[in-house]
Amino acid sequence: MSAIQPNIQPPVSEEMELVRRAKRGDDSAFEELVRRYDRNVFRIAQHITQNREDAEDVVQDAFLKAYGNLAQFQEQSKFYTWLVRIAVNEALMRLRRRRPERMVSLDEEVKTEDDSLPREVADWSPNPEQMYNQAELRDILTRTIQGLPPGFRTVFVLRDVEGLSTEETAQALELSIPAVKSRLLRARLQLRDRLSRYFQKRASGDGDK
Amino acid sequence: MKCAEFLNELTNYLDGALDDRTKSELEDHLAWCHNCYVVCDTTRKTIEIYRNSELYELPDDLRGRLQSAIMSKCSAHKKDEKSGPQKA
Repeated sequence: MSAIQPNIQPPVSEEMELVRRAKRGDDSAFEELVRRYDRNVFRIAQHITQNREDAEDVVQDAFLKAYGNLAQFQEQSKFYTWLVRIAVNEALMRLRRRRPERMVSLDEEVKTEDDSLPREVADWSPNPEQMYNQAELRDILTRTIQGLPPGFRTVFVLRDVEGLSTEETAQALELSIPAVKSRLLRARLQLRDRLSRYFQKRASGDGDK
Repeated sequence: MKCAEFLNELTNYLDGALDDRTKSELEDHLAWCHNCYVVCDTTRKTIEIYRNSELYELPDDLRGRLQSAIMSKCSAHKKDEKSGPQKA
């Protein structure tokens, strides 16, 4: 079984040059950074907040904050990792505002140790994506990921959807590497378990349950 | 290798982050443990489905509006900085 290939990101040095130009006051360089990453920030923000308007606000606020604090960016990490950290904090802040009754924290742990142990071990249909039309599939994927605690959801989105490395995810979320790995494993297993309810191979003649 | 040990290493395995020896122990386990094989295979599919899902793509018109809003707020910010703090 082959390893999952990470998404490809642009070379760092060329990007750092844009950042330096932006730091010197060249707004066209900053605009290029916005164009490069606005889609990613929007996806991350909507995954965390689960709300379209909040995600739009997060995109604006995160870039504006990055612009205002560019002088403080030390260039020890990639610009994108620094931007993601800002965006995640903005998104979590909005989520807390909408759900004040529930503590929303990246440190949130689920009580039992067994919460991620696989329950559904039935194999999936050879083409699970073809079992549903596109709208149904999107609905299943959205509802399934919404059910994860925000701390797990965020790690999964950064690592597996956006393709950040474990180290970059740890930097962006200010978590240790073992903490990222443990959340990622549990997030992946929980998602897998929940998706299995939809995608498992149906015995012939069994039909819909 | 037991199933619990396999599960602990699953993320490293899928990310290609294992040394050769652990990887081969894990693959030996996968060869005879059908449940772990299914868990591993469907976890990999889970990641791929989400990665390819394009769940929250930014529509072009909204993207244009957001970019304009961001850049105009940035210019306003720059002007405020240049004019310095307003003191009463």
